[in-house]
Amino acid sequence: MYFLASLSERRRGQLAALSIAAVVIVVGVPLWWRTTETYRAWLPFSQIKDLSKLQLHLSADVEVVFARGTLTPEQQKKLPLTQTQDEEHAVDGDNVKVYIGQRRTAILRINAEMRAGKTVEQLLAVLKPQIKQVLQVMSFSHTDITAALSDRVRFNPGSKESMTHSMRAFTSSPGYEITFSLLNPDPRSHRLHWDIEGAVQTYIQPFLTKLSPLANFSIDSQMLHYAMLGVNPRYNNDRGAFILHADSLAHVINPVEARLGSNAASSNPVLNFLLYVPDAQHSPLYIQDHKKMDVPSNAFHSPRWGGIMVYNVKNLYGPEAEFPVNININMAEVMGVFLTQLRLLVGMESSPPPPGFLVAPCGSVGLADWELDRLMWSRSVENIATATTTITSLAQLLDQIGNIVINDNIAQQVSSAVTSVQLAVAELEAGNLGFALQYSKETILASEKAFFDPSLLHLLYFPDDQKFAIYIPLFLPMCVPILLSLLKMASEARRRYREKQAKKD
Amino acid sequence: MYHIKVSQFGRSISYFYLRLVFISPRFVQNSAGQFFSSGHTNNWAVLVCTSRFWFNYRHVANTLSVYRSVKRLGIPDSHIVLMLADDMACNHRNPKPATVFSHKNMELNVYGDDVEVDYRGYEVTVENFLRVLTGRLPPSTPRSKRLLSDDRSNILIYLTGHGGNGFLKFQDSEEISNVELADAFEQMWQKRRYNELLFIIDTCQGASMYERFYSPNIMALASSQVGEDSLSHQPDLAIGVHLMDRYTFYLLEFLEDIHPSSKTNMNDLFKVCPRSLCVSTPGHRTDLFLRNPESVLITDFFGSVRKVEITTEVLNLTHPIQRVEGSPVNGESHREVYSYVDQLPVSEIIHQKPKQKDWHPPDGFILGLWTLILLVFFKTYGIKHLKHIF
Repeated sequence: MYFLASLSERRRGQLAALSIAAVVIVVGVPLWWRTTETYRAWLPFSQIKDLSKLQLHLSADVEVVFARGTLTPEQQKKLPLTQTQDEEHAVDGDNVKVYIGQRRTAILRINAEMRAGKTVEQLLAVLKPQIKQVLQVMSFSHTDITAALSDRVRFNPGSKESMTHSMRAFTSSPGYEITFSLLNPDPRSHRLHWDIEGAVQTYIQPFLTKLSPLANFSIDSQMLHYAMLGVNPRYNNDRGAFILHADSLAHVINPVEARLGSNAASSNPVLNFLLYVPDAQHSPLYIQDHKKMDVPSNAFHSPRWGGIMVYNVKNLYGPEAEFPVNININMAEVMGVFLTQLRLLVGMESSPPPPGFLVAPCGSVGLADWELDRLMWSRSVENIATATTTITSLAQLLDQIGNIVINDNIAQQVSSAVTSVQLAVAELEAGNLGFALQYSKETILASEKAFFDPSLLHLLYFPDDQKFAIYIPLFLPMCVPILLSLLKMASEARRRYREKQAKKD
Repeated sequence: MYHIKVSQFGRSISYFYLRLVFISPRFVQNSAGQFFSSGHTNNWAVLVCTSRFWFNYRHVANTLSVYRSVKRLGIPDSHIVLMLADDMACNHRNPKPATVFSHKNMELNVYGDDVEVDYRGYEVTVENFLRVLTGRLPPSTPRSKRLLSDDRSNILIYLTGHGGNGFLKFQDSEEISNVELADAFEQMWQKRRYNELLFIIDTCQGASMYERFYSPNIMALASSQVGEDSLSHQPDLAIGVHLMDRYTFYLLEFLEDIHPSSKTNMNDLFKVCPRSLCVSTPGHRTDLFLRNPESVLITDFFGSVRKVEITTEVLNLTHPIQRVEGSPVNGESHREVYSYVDQLPVSEIIHQKPKQKDWHPPDGFILGLWTLILLVFFKTYGIKHLKHIF
C-alpha cells in the first residue's frame, strides 16, 4: 500500500515533528533539569574563605602597681595618682624575683640600682621584659598557643614537654564524664568504706564549679569487687613489699577497662579515676619509677584516659585481725591525688615555672584564678581553630561534591558558626576572655552540628558511565524519532532549496 | 612585708600575632624513648565482614579471628566496631550451633562467648559503614555503635568479602567504590578523626581499593593485586564450607606470636603470606604514611598499649569533708522518680496528621500501563471517536 503524502499532509507532519521537538526542548529539558537537581541552601562561602586565613590578636590587660617607696619623688610626680590603699602581702624567700599569687596578682622585685636616676620611660623599659615573662607564665605564651593549635598545625614542638602536654590533655569538648571507681580484689579480707559523695562534694565539686565556664562535668562512682590488676607484682625482699615497676604500668589499664563499663549516654569523653586496694596476699604494693625509686603518691595517670592510685591498707590492721576487716579510706589523701591528676588531664601546665619565680599554692579549690585564665585562653584559641578548620573543610567538601543536599538547618548552623567565630575573634582582640570563651563554645557546637549532620552523606557517587547507562534507555527511544524526523525535514528543505537554485539558473 | 600604695600607672598591652595557614603535618621523630614516639593515646578497630549466607562462612571467620586477636592484644570492646551479618553461628546449616571455627577439625572457635557485634544482619550497609567512619550518625545512636576517635587515635580498619576492581560488594545488594572510601578517609582526616590508619583488605583484587587514597598517615595492605583472586584456605568436610581465606589465615598465625609488649614492626607484617603460600600476591602501600614502617610497631594498631605517666606532685587537701545534705526534716526523700519514655504513644499516633509527602511524578510502570491502555483504545476505536469521550 502506497502512502502518498499530499503536500498539506506532509506540511502537517512537519509541523507536528517541529512542535514535538519544541516541547521537548523548551519544556522537557528545563523540567528534567529542575527535578533532578539537589536542593542546596546558600552558604557564606566568601566569609568562610576569609576565615581560613585566621589571624588572632590576643590581648591581655596588665596593670602595674608600684609599691610605696619604690619610686623616687620625681618619678612619682610623673605618674597619675588615683588612690592609696594599704595591702599586705607576705612573701618569703631571698632569691625570689617574682611571686605569683592565688588570684591574678604577681609581685616583682626590682633592685635599688635599677630604679635610681632613671626617668619613668627608662624604668618602664627595664621592667618590660620581666613583665612579659610574668605574663607568659600567668596568661599565655607562644608554646601554649601553638600547643592549643596542635591539631591544626602539627609541627615539631621543639620540646618533649610541650608535646606530652598536648597529648595528655583532653581535646576541647562541651562536656566530660568523670567516673570514680573503687576496685576491691579481695572482699573477703577487706570491707572498704569510702565516703565518695562527701569527698566529691567537698574536694572535687568546687574545682569543677570553678571550671564550669569551660565545660559541663558529670560525676558518678562505682565499686568493683574481685577486680584484679592485669599484672602480677613482684615481691622485693629488701623492701618487704610488692613492687610494680613503671614499665608494667602500661599493661595494667586494659584488663581493668573492660570491666569498668560506663553509663555515659552522651558521646562526651570519659575520665576514669580508679582507687585500687591490694588484696591481703599482695600488700603492701608500691609503684616504682624508672629510676627504681618509690613514687610517693603511689599513683599514675594515662593521657586522655584517667588515673589509678594504689592505696595500701596493710598498716591499718595487725596480723591477728579478724577478717573481713572494716577499713575507712582517707578520702582527703585520695582526693588530693585524684585532683592533681584531674588538673593535669584538664590541661594545667605541669612544667616548673622559670627560675626565680615562686608560685603560691593553689588553695582549697585546687585552682588559682590565673590558672583558670590560662585554660580559658588556650581553650578559646583551640575552639576557634577547630571550628575554623571544621567550617572550611565542610565548605570545601560541599563545594567539591555537587550531589550533596544542603538543608536549610545546615546552612543556618554554618552561618551562625561563622558569626560566632568572628565575634569570638573580636572579643579576644578586645581582651574579654569570658565572652570570647562563650562565643568560641557556641561556634564549636554549631560547626560540629553542621559537620556531623546525618543528612550530609555523600552516597551519590556516580561515575559518568553509570550516568549514561541510566539515561540512555529512557531518553534514546524518545529522542531518536524526533531527531530523525528533524533530519529528514532538514534534508528535504535543503533538496528543495537546491532545486529552486537550479530552477533559477 | 610590703605596704603597697596603689597608684594607677597605665596599661601595657602585649600583642600576639599569629598567622594560621594549614601546614602539611611533619611528624615528630622522637628517638628518646619509645614512650611518646607514635603520637597516639588510644586505639580503635573497625572490622567489617561484607558478606552474608552460609557459603561465605569464611568471611565471617576471617573477621572474627581478627576481632579475637585485637581483643587479646588489648583493645576493649568499647573501642571496637564490629560489623557482621552474624548469620553463621545460628544458621540452620551449622552442624555445631553457636560456633564459628577458623581451623580445620574444629580446633579454634572464634565465636566464643563474649563476642560483641555492633552492626549485625541487615544493618551492615554501605551507608552505615560510611556513617560510622565519618561520624554522621543520628543523635540516637548508642555509644557502642559510634567511632569516637580523636586526633590521637590509631585506627585499624579490616574489610573482607567479595570484591572486584575498584569496588567491594556489601551483602549482595550494593557496593562501595574505592573513590567513596578514599573520600570518607579524607573527611576523617579533615576532622582529625585519626592519628594513623591501618587499612587491611582481604578480597579479590583488593589492591584496587587502596589505589585512590590521598589522605596522609594511611598504610594499606591487601591480599591480592588487581586481576588476581584471593583464595580460600581449607574446607572442613564436617561443616562443608571453606573456613578461612589464605591471607587472613597466615595473618592470624603471625598475630598469634604477638603479645602486648612485643616489638615486631610492620615490615614483618608485609612479609606475611608470600606468593608460595597465598597464590595471590599481597600488596601494601606506605607512601602516604609519614613514619618509616620499620619504626611502626604491630601493637601500635593491633593492640592498645597505653602511655602512662607517674603522678609526681600531689595536692595537700586539709579541710575536712562536709556532710552531704541529709534527707529533709519531714522525713520524705526527695528522690527523683525516673520512668521510661512511653514506648508506644497511642494517643499521639491516632491523632497524628498524615505526613506531607512530596509529590513524585508517576512511576514508570504506571506510565507504561496507561500508555498501553490508551494505545489499545485508540487502535480499536480510532481517533475520530475521541469527541464522543470528551
